[in-house]
Amino acid sequence: MSLRSPRGDRASGGALRRHRGLALLFVLPALLLLGALVVYPIGYSVARSLFDATGHRFVGLDNYSAAFTDSATLTAVRNNAIWVAVAPALVTAIGLVFAVLTEKIRWATAFKLLVFMPMAISFLAAGIIFRMVYDADPQRGVLNAAAVSVHDTFTDQPSYPGARPRPGAGLERAEGGDVQASAATGTALLPLVGVQPGALPATARAARPAGGDGVRGTVFLDFVPGGGGHPGQLDPGKKGLPGIEVQLRDGARTIATTTTADDGTFRFSAAPSATTSVVLPAADFAAPYRGIDWLGPSFVTPAIIGAYTWIWAGFAMVIIGAGLANLPRETIEAARIDGAGEWQIFRRITVPQLAPVLGVVFITMVINVMKIFDLVYIIAPGPVQQNADVLALRLYLVSFGGGNDQGLGSALSVLLLLLVVPVMLLNIRRFRGSRS
Amino acid sequence: MRLRRTLPALAASVVLAATATACGSSGGGSEGESTTQELKGQTLTVAAVWSGTEQENFKKVLDAFTAKTGATVSYTSTGDNLSTVVGSKIEGGDPMDVVMVAQPGVIKQFADKGWLAPLSPAVTGAAKKNYAGIWSSLGTVNGTQYGLYFKAADKSTIWYGTTAFQNAGVQPPATFDDLLKAGRTLSDSGTPAFSIAGQAGWPLTDWFENVYLSQAGPELYDKLARHEIPWTDPSVIKALTTLGKVFGDQQLVAGGGQGALQTDFPTSVQQVFGPQPKAAMTYEGDFVGGVIASELKKQVGTDAKVFPFPAVDGGKAPVMGAGDAAVVLKGAKHPEAAQKFVEFLAGPEAAAVWAKAGGFISPNKAVDPSVYPDDTTRQFAESVIDAGDAFRFDMSDQAPAAFGGTAGQGEWKDLQDFLANPSDVQGAAAKLEADAAKAYKG
Repeated sequence: MSLRSPRGDRASGGALRRHRGLALLFVLPALLLLGALVVYPIGYSVARSLFDATGHRFVGLDNYSAAFTDSATLTAVRNNAIWVAVAPALVTAIGLVFAVLTEKIRWATAFKLLVFMPMAISFLAAGIIFRMVYDADPQRGVLNAAAVSVHDTFTDQPSYPGARPRPGAGLERAEGGDVQASAATGTALLPLVGVQPGALPATARAARPAGGDGVRGTVFLDFVPGGGGHPGQLDPGKKGLPGIEVQLRDGARTIATTTTADDGTFRFSAAPSATTSVVLPAADFAAPYRGIDWLGPSFVTPAIIGAYTWIWAGFAMVIIGAGLANLPRETIEAARIDGAGEWQIFRRITVPQLAPVLGVVFITMVINVMKIFDLVYIIAPGPVQQNADVLALRLYLVSFGGGNDQGLGSALSVLLLLLVVPVMLLNIRRFRGSRS
Repeated sequence: MRLRRTLPALAASVVLAATATACGSSGGGSEGESTTQELKGQTLTVAAVWSGTEQENFKKVLDAFTAKTGATVSYTSTGDNLSTVVGSKIEGGDPMDVVMVAQPGVIKQFADKGWLAPLSPAVTGAAKKNYAGIWSSLGTVNGTQYGLYFKAADKSTIWYGTTAFQNAGVQPPATFDDLLKAGRTLSDSGTPAFSIAGQAGWPLTDWFENVYLSQAGPELYDKLARHEIPWTDPSVIKALTTLGKVFGDQQLVAGGGQGALQTDFPTSVQQVFGPQPKAAMTYEGDFVGGVIASELKKQVGTDAKVFPFPAVDGGKAPVMGAGDAAVVLKGAKHPEAAQKFVEFLAGPEAAAVWAKAGGFISPNKAVDPSVYPDDTTRQFAESVIDAGDAFRFDMSDQAPAAFGGTAGQGEWKDLQDFLANPSDVQGAAAKLEADAAKAYKG
């Protein structure tokens, strides 16, 4: 087929009309496809959203009012707002930093490849990876493993994690977890329970009453394997707890400190008075540090945004990097000659010149983030799913995830569409602007 | 050039595929000619969700039927979407003859759609003779019995590590108060009492159902299951308060409520029976035994033992569970053989076949307990049989899926919130009622 020049088209009206017909013929398959795949589903969703769950009863705008009164949907709207406010800016900023940095390092290609690689992983797989990264159990979740090992480097290990005083044995649990017993009579028994099997050192010997003068006593494991014995008393078979720090206090003032012997006994030479007490500091019983609850209700959305950034930062970097490569060098060189610092060049020259590219990346990310679904669906565990909910996930769960209310689901999808349309229009206008 | 070479190849493969299909369909029909019994030459199609070991064992039952009657039985595994598969088969005009359905709600749904044929008097007679009345009523919709329960599951079982119990010197408790006491002794010994799979949600509903069934009794249980009484009823408040005694006690729950919410079901079993036990007991149904034996390589009956969920506040000890029922589809190609097959399932003979293979308990009173391969399974079967009409089907399985069967919403989510904050009984009940009202309305 031969192409005619535009001038030839303008030459006669008949030819133009014929060409219109021909053009329509060529466009028709695409139009039909678009109609079947885009226009019809949108129209159907709008119509469906006016009916109830069964699809037989017309309910008007009830589904829309239900959407705005349902607290779960409102949480989803709020989370979507957080996503849109944080994720695109974060991805664009990190992409920009990476792009500028890779211009200056020697192994730029390798670095770019590495940062871009997450794009090659499906969202499902990335979600599963991050579900494990964020796992609360330090044995499995790498982030908490790091948090716990950092924490443990700077704090002493408790010798008997989770141990606690025998209830009803006259021991008080002071504020902060210290175990306190009165020693007004000069002797104090400190029965503890809940010591994990295996936490007891091999050197521990049978607990016995402490001898000698002054303030003295025994810290012991008040439990006989297999049960039995009298709670709170020194029975045969009960072991002393060695190596526990004991403080002697008079009122709130600490007078002396010692540690228990292998049979759990300790002794201070000071004479007892009515206000004397012995205290076992909480540090010896602290439950082991478990790290941060990344996937708990408060952190789950930031955690998922983190995973999202990991995936998309590479994409942003590549697009911005391409824009960077096309920037005219003259302005930068002129600035450098005029004595501008690197930071000034970055802020006053590179970023303004890159603005159109940054805008494209940002808006692409906004649209992308509005329909975020898979990462949230996979990473958020059941108990916090509602806390992490976003509109796209909400509409899926409402329509197919048990509720089977496709009326409400359609209403949500229409709402989502209304939210995305302005950004789309903005994007189209930008395209037009850049073409002219 | 290239196109020409591919075309014949493509044609050849199409022909091959067609022959393969033809062979497949003719092969299915021409079997079962060697037998000389009453249903000779009939091919019965049976569908169920079972796959893997369960499928193999069910096939042994089918083989026994073939040996007895001469009918050939072909089995289809539907996967998890039983309703969808059955529905599309019926709409396609090629229904199976017999389908194994789990929930009473699904039987009702099928019956309401007119998909089911009533069971023959021979079957209902056998059911009346061999089963406690509750099982027949679970399969009955509007006075007509459509389903025959063949397989049962016991979900009133607490699994414990024998070493932890020995260390602490406690015995399996018989009442809920003793359970709390034993739990405290266990935690004094250094092993927290319970590992609770809070992240999964459904184990929490089962916890609640056991407490409620024992404390409030079967009548109120049925009313709550049908949502005839609200979840803010005093009986529910009382059961939640009782449950809060476990959930709210940091010494009793491994990791406390927060730790439990991060524990999924396999982890909860592993915390009790894994290499380094972090808890002494876990509550879940008879299927825990399979996890212990296959994944954790521990011996059920020696390393891991089980005791029935104890009675709460002087009520009867609860026996709550689930099951699988056989239904005959309307429009079955061999209705007579289908009814005969269900009749066969209602007898002790069929149940004994699977029982011997393991992983199966029968609600059939006529099954000889000695056919079960081990004491633990026998214990489950006996507790289901002994419960008689007091047996109750899992309540969350009877509720609409949006309330009782969906992760992250409804009853699962509300009980998870309750586990996180067990002091707020009223708030939890109010939320349960709000969600139930929404789900039962639809």
